Amino acid sequence: MNNAIEIRNITKRFGNLAALDNVTFSVPDGSVFGLIGPDGAGKTTLYSILATLLAPDSGRATVAGLDVIKDFKRLRSAIGYMPERFSLYPDLTVSENLHFFASLFGVRVEDNFDLIAPIFGQLAKFPHRMAAALSGGMKQKLALSCALIHRPKVLLLDEPTTGVDAVSRSEFWEMLATLKQKGITILVSTSYMDEAERCDRIALINKGHILDVDAPGKLVDKTGIDIYNASAREMYPLLQAIRNIDGVKDCYTFGATLHLATDKNFNLENAIGRLRQEGLTDARIYPAKGNIEDLFIKLAKE
Amino acid sequence: MKANTLKILLHKEISLMKRSPLIPRIIIAMPILVMLIIPLVATFDVKNIDVAVVDNDHSELSRRIAADIDASEYLSITGCYFRYDEALAAVENGTADVILTIPQNYLKDLANGKMPKLDLKANGVNVTKGTLGAQYAAASATGTLRQWQNEQGSATLPATTSVINRYNPTLDFRNYMIPALMVILIIIICGYLPTLNLVNEKEAGTIEAMNVTPVGKFVFVLSKLIPYWIVGLLVVTVGMIIGWAVYGLIPEGNIFLIYLATLLFSLVMSGLGVFVANKSATILQSIFMIFAFIIIFQLMSGLFTPIASMPQWAQYITYAIPPRYFIEIMRAVYLKGSSMADLWQQYAALLGFATLLSIIAAITYKKRA
Repeated sequence: MNNAIEIRNITKRFGNLAALDNVTFSVPDGSVFGLIGPDGAGKTTLYSILATLLAPDSGRATVAGLDVIKDFKRLRSAIGYMPERFSLYPDLTVSENLHFFASLFGVRVEDNFDLIAPIFGQLAKFPHRMAAALSGGMKQKLALSCALIHRPKVLLLDEPTTGVDAVSRSEFWEMLATLKQKGITILVSTSYMDEAERCDRIALINKGHILDVDAPGKLVDKTGIDIYNASAREMYPLLQAIRNIDGVKDCYTFGATLHLATDKNFNLENAIGRLRQEGLTDARIYPAKGNIEDLFIKLAKE
Repeated sequence: MKANTLKILLHKEISLMKRSPLIPRIIIAMPILVMLIIPLVATFDVKNIDVAVVDNDHSELSRRIAADIDASEYLSITGCYFRYDEALAAVENGTADVILTIPQNYLKDLANGKMPKLDLKANGVNVTKGTLGAQYAAASATGTLRQWQNEQGSATLPATTSVINRYNPTLDFRNYMIPALMVILIIIICGYLPTLNLVNEKEAGTIEAMNVTPVGKFVFVLSKLIPYWIVGLLVVTVGMIIGWAVYGLIPEGNIFLIYLATLLFSLVMSGLGVFVANKSATILQSIFMIFAFIIIFQLMSGLFTPIASMPQWAQYITYAIPPRYFIEIMRAVYLKGSSMADLWQQYAALLGFATLLSIIAAITYKKRA
């Protein structure tokens, strides 16, 4: 199987800050690949390099078989890039934006309409509305349509779901699945860990380093840590008490409960006993299933 | 493909320009406001020059000289004094601008064939009012004298120097100012608008979507320059219409020479604007940068202060200031009716600057950071 994106030892510094430090990974053809990391991890810098908007200090990268430095002119026609920020012309209408970008790539909207039809569907009802007047979810659909109109081989989506409501996010991931079926490779970044499980493969990135690359399920299995949930009426004394228990490697808030990362010295009975002694009579600890977020916290601490 | 891409980009630029709440208004309103108001308030036109007369002659002639001055449209007698000191005091407290001293026995000496001299002293604090005032007063006195001698049948005219201002006989400031105001309009409109347009694309993020398209940077930059040709031509047209309708000033020379110079100069300014935009990250930065250029352009190009009265080193610098050539062309074509044969050097200089700045604009535009 070929790789749609190959990244080899890419480094990019801004002054003393290494935004990307020796980043290497590859994205298989026809997959949905997630780039998962917190804000400031270097995701947008990597996108800028892959989209030929930024030159790396060292290392090389190819997208759709084309080098980002040498073949940048041909590369621009082979990718569809959707920046994090809405980047269409707010004072052009929906249909003007679409036709404008289509003609810049030398294609006709009608020729590739089949590709964007499922996404553009709702927008087709108001082609003459100004892009500025669209709702957040609609803007995102228009931006995706414009990024796809020239039928790119690789789609680069930088945090497409940031600031989008839960229903639209879910819809968006379904659209990506449809695009994947049409043979388009998708590199999508997100800071929402729960979205990672929608990807075929993911790369965890933090502070410019790639922490790990694998299928999301395998990554979770690889954690090698047991995760427990803990809860009590008073959470802060609970957190302090748990951190002093043998075998607890880490304890952090996870939604409404606490997550405990433990090693083999941990004993559930003893731990509950300890908490009772501390006066936390309503404390509960029970096994939980670890996920990407637990893995990320573990890797980021190492 | 390239010509087609340019057409698409231009179509977009012009639709956005038309939809902008500001730009169409600026193109029409700014020339109207500037051309209607500035000539009225910033006038050099010297109308009320106050003359103090020191009459030591007390003859019929001396009284007639004073009366004619008072009757003049531009001059008025603020007082007659017996001593020069008193007249000077009037200048010092601001009631007089010019002192005319008529010497003792003026009429007698004149009749005896001597050449007596009238003495004129002007307050030089307000340079224009002083020099023009002295000139007007001298002209008035000479006129009176000539008439007097004609009446007396005497042919012994004293030698007089007469100054005739060609092309703008009354040194009407408006005639001088109106072509310059059009230059100022083009400097401001064609300097600011392309800068703001491009930096706005940076701030709004639309530039990112543009930069990943296969559009070449030369075509892209051209699409940012060409619309301001049209804007420049529109602004000059509005300016010329106001010049004719309000001030009755019609270009003496060929109107197409004005359009050609405007075309070249719009390209100079918009090339500079795109260059500034390329070097700025925010609108605020770009406004300050373009403002610095505009200040130098206005002060060093001969718009307000004649280049000939600048120090020598500054005169050399003005050769590098593009509006200098545009102003020379505009004034020469408007007031003198000069032709291409007279002005080809200025056109060549403008063409050179236009080419240079367009190339700089294209080179400094980087699709990849």
